[in-house]
Amino acid sequence: MTAHPAGPVAAPAAAAPRFEPSLMRRKLAGTVFLGVCLLAVGLLLLTLAVLLWDILSRGVPWLDAQFLTSGPSRRAARAGVLPALVGSIEIALLVALITFPVGVAAAIYLEEYATDGRINRLLRTNISNLAGVPSIVYGIFGLALFVRGLGLGFTLLAGALTLSLLILPVVIIASMEALRAVPHAQREAAFALGGSRWQVVRGSVLPAAAPGILTGIILAMARAIGETAPLILVGAVTFVTFLPNPIASGYTVLPIQIFQWAGDPREDFQSLAAAAITVLLVLMFVLNALAIVIRARLSRHLTW
Amino acid sequence: MTAAPASFTRRTPVRERLVEAFLALSAAIGILTTVGIVAVLVFEAVEFFREVPLLEYLTGTVWSASIKPFRFGVLPLVTGTLLVAGLALLIAIPLGLVSGIYLAEYASPRIRTVLKPLLELIAGIPTVVLGFFAINFISPILLKSLVPGIGGFSVLAGGIVVGILVTPLIASLSEDALRAVPRSLREGAFAMGATKFEVVRRVVVPAALSGIMASIILAMSRAVGETMAVVLAVGANPQLTLDIRESVQTMTAFIVQISLGDTPAGSLQFKALFAVGATLFLMTLALNLLSDRVVARFRNRY
Repeated sequence: MTAHPAGPVAAPAAAAPRFEPSLMRRKLAGTVFLGVCLLAVGLLLLTLAVLLWDILSRGVPWLDAQFLTSGPSRRAARAGVLPALVGSIEIALLVALITFPVGVAAAIYLEEYATDGRINRLLRTNISNLAGVPSIVYGIFGLALFVRGLGLGFTLLAGALTLSLLILPVVIIASMEALRAVPHAQREAAFALGGSRWQVVRGSVLPAAAPGILTGIILAMARAIGETAPLILVGAVTFVTFLPNPIASGYTVLPIQIFQWAGDPREDFQSLAAAAITVLLVLMFVLNALAIVIRARLSRHLTW
Repeated sequence: MTAAPASFTRRTPVRERLVEAFLALSAAIGILTTVGIVAVLVFEAVEFFREVPLLEYLTGTVWSASIKPFRFGVLPLVTGTLLVAGLALLIAIPLGLVSGIYLAEYASPRIRTVLKPLLELIAGIPTVVLGFFAINFISPILLKSLVPGIGGFSVLAGGIVVGILVTPLIASLSEDALRAVPRSLREGAFAMGATKFEVVRRVVVPAALSGIMASIILAMSRAVGETMAVVLAVGANPQLTLDIRESVQTMTAFIVQISLGDTPAGSLQFKALFAVGATLFLMTLALNLLSDRVVARFRNRY
């Protein structure tokens, strides 16, 4: 610290704001700001409450066995979500089936094998950049690659593959975090027993990271279930009265069905949209709850 | 020295290498996806620009892809997109930043454990649901009574829902940035006699500024690429306007419109989908790279 010739008060940095001498005013400013904070948070919560109320108050009265067991209809009273619900579940399962092996393998490579070379740094930044690509761009890519390039057509399988590419960065990042959380001693102990790198990963690191990885995959499924835009491009159609077959053309999912009903200004169809949203939210809630339970169950005996 | 069992020295490495090759291949899928996306967009966009000159596309002020005479000036779509995203940020920056500051600096642990999951809940709402909220509540009930002369579809409605959508993103990313500011900085300021608010405003927020800026840029990128909420809230009326009560069309909404209609593959409209997709991709890529830069360049290391 150099001594300041003009004394301590005279000239701090030129940009420093003027000092407010009254402590009461300074504290008042703080109180006002805290009020603004509470207002902002309150506004957010109010928005959430209004949103849920708007949807549930309209949707819940329409939820009955008939709604859950029939397909769309031009008459609102006869319409239902069964094909969309089954389509959503099928797509979510396919996405999990595809992203699980590939995503976990990629994460293992990046965390356990890759050295800090240029190529591997490129791989890492690339994955975080992919997570920032708008979902509709994945739809365009899926249209060109799966629907037309590989000739899958407008099938549920093409939709699942497209969503898998979209979800893959999320799964990789979550799995990498789970692997990173496994303490180093765990690996060293396994190496000391003479394990090869793969034996160490498979026998020691993966079991310890399993809860984190599984949680990540289930949360990714929840995200896949809510995606709409990419599926519009790869041909999920809105009027499907039969249950989807993964490799035959023609399927729909809940968000697409919601989109179609929401766009219809007739009151009854608005209520149908709200009811379908209720089903979608319940599905997402179940997946999230499942993730929490799995994390709690599997990590019970792991203590470090 | 006696030789080790053959299986021990020879076979294991092969299997190990096979495993490693499979793992590396999986990791490379990310790169392949990126290359694939760029290749598809470039290839199809070039086809489009063979028929519509690039300059006309970039500077044209009329977009008419389905009604003759066809005109492909992208400016109405770009301004529509930026108008919605700008409005969304106007709502999300103060709301998200203040919530982030509250969570990081003021909220007690008990309030945090309740508030954080609620914010994540908002972040996890599928965007088509927010679109429904716009078309079913915000436009007909909220805006009709507050804004005279507003229609069923408007930039304003789109800005509000996209704002709701990206607020949690700004809140949680700026909260992370604020929490990363070391305790000693706060304690130093308190020791100088600063009040809590002064510590937050003059010390903590400036120290976390790079992270806060990055969160805002990422939110902008999210808002530009947002699709379903915008399609339902803003409509499909490509026009060059600054009136936020008007219906416009965003780039993403155009892509949806073309894929919903039965536009034959190979037609000019269909190729326009890829050109607009490429424009959208470049814009979000630029924003994402900028956000990385801001974090790397202005990060204070403690």
